Amino acid sequence: MSLWREVWLVAGKDLRIEARSRVVLYQILPFGALVLLLFAFALDPSRGLLPRVAPGLFWIAVLLAALLAVSRAFAIEQQNDARDGLRMSGLDSSALFLGKFTAIALELLVLEVFLGVGVAVLYDVEVGSVAVLVLSALAATAGVAATGTLYGVLAAGLRVRETLVPVLLLPVVAPVMLGATRAWEAGLGGVASDGWPWVGLLALFAALYTGMGMLAFGPLLEES
Amino acid sequence: MPLVVQLRSAVCLLGRFPALAGVDLDVAEGEVVLLSGANGAGKTTLLRLVAGLAPLHSGTATVLGHDLAEDREGARPAIGLFGHQTFCYDDLTVRENLRFAARSVRKPVEAADTALERVGLQAQAGVEHARLSAGQRRRLALAVALAREPRLLLLDEPHAGLDAEGRAVLDAVVRTAPADGRTVLLASHELDIGRALAGREAVVAGGRVVRGGLLATSDSVPRTEKEGAGAR
Repeated sequence: MSLWREVWLVAGKDLRIEARSRVVLYQILPFGALVLLLFAFALDPSRGLLPRVAPGLFWIAVLLAALLAVSRAFAIEQQNDARDGLRMSGLDSSALFLGKFTAIALELLVLEVFLGVGVAVLYDVEVGSVAVLVLSALAATAGVAATGTLYGVLAAGLRVRETLVPVLLLPVVAPVMLGATRAWEAGLGGVASDGWPWVGLLALFAALYTGMGMLAFGPLLEES
Repeated sequence: MPLVVQLRSAVCLLGRFPALAGVDLDVAEGEVVLLSGANGAGKTTLLRLVAGLAPLHSGTATVLGHDLAEDREGARPAIGLFGHQTFCYDDLTVRENLRFAARSVRKPVEAADTALERVGLQAQAGVEHARLSAGQRRRLALAVALAREPRLLLLDEPHAGLDAEGRAVLDAVVRTAPADGRTVLLASHELDIGRALAGREAVVAGGRVVRGGLLATSDSVPRTEKEGAGAR
């Protein structure tokens, strides 16, 4: 079986589980929407502040919801010692990483589309460059999914994993948060060309952590 | 017969506790070996060591030609482990779990369907794991091990939680294992059943194999081979 078939085997399994359990639909999407709504209440739409801070608030909401998605992705491997089943499989550890990464990334993209609509409705923003918005979102999503998969497996075998994942992950994804926010500021009514360097930085971050994840996932799965 | 499992002074620590304190064990291809011993003797850890799931801290261990000190993962795809858990996902159906198990070791989905039929869970094929009864989960766990078409079958208290029909299926799997090209390591407290199925018994105590020998009552070893019993 080729690497990409193995990747899709793992990703398909995770996505099927999510489609059936509906945790993303009933818990993670509403959580992200609530975060956006609470920011809207806290910052008072009448003061005109929301359109200016919308990019930062959007990515904070995405990151907080991503923590739930990452925790969920590894919680399912604790059921019935399924993690030992993965260890017993003949699947390449890179494929295991990329499969988990793909499933988390696709869930985050659905979340971002949903929250993007929420930002447009709640925060009254104007779209400038769709290309900057989409490409920066894709690169940022890959970065968050790669770091989430890497730190998720690191904490997977620990009893304190639910609380440890945010503590480990949030400082690491701070550059993603910064880059994505700047890129979205440029894409939402700013100067579009100012966004491209940030898109490049996000892509570099994603590539770096994807490479690290492919190398480290196997040993971490064994030791976790 | 070539050796499928060869352990020499194998030590496995769980924390600082030596769960295995120097195990010597040889298992030849096609053998059915019963591991007996009291609770906490080290039977489950021994099976996990052979499966490559528990670490080898000292000594040597070779499983299906793979040196576990160098390569814990190499033999795993050819091993089926039927233990206390199913290794399944609650939100996937019986068939989906079995097909994932088969495809994850590069076996065709037909291997999963065959395993499903063998354990008699066809009627539950579309039922999610979370909705199965405890007995049905035990059968599924056996099917997961069989769907991998393993050369080495590791059974940890396999009769626990199975009804009479499930036990009959399990016993048939073990009895036909040598003919199917499988080697079986069976850890059990149910000694009467285990001794009837196995060709040889290794008694585990204090993390070591303290006694071993061919079994006179076994179904799996011809009577002539049992005479002159003596084993490492």
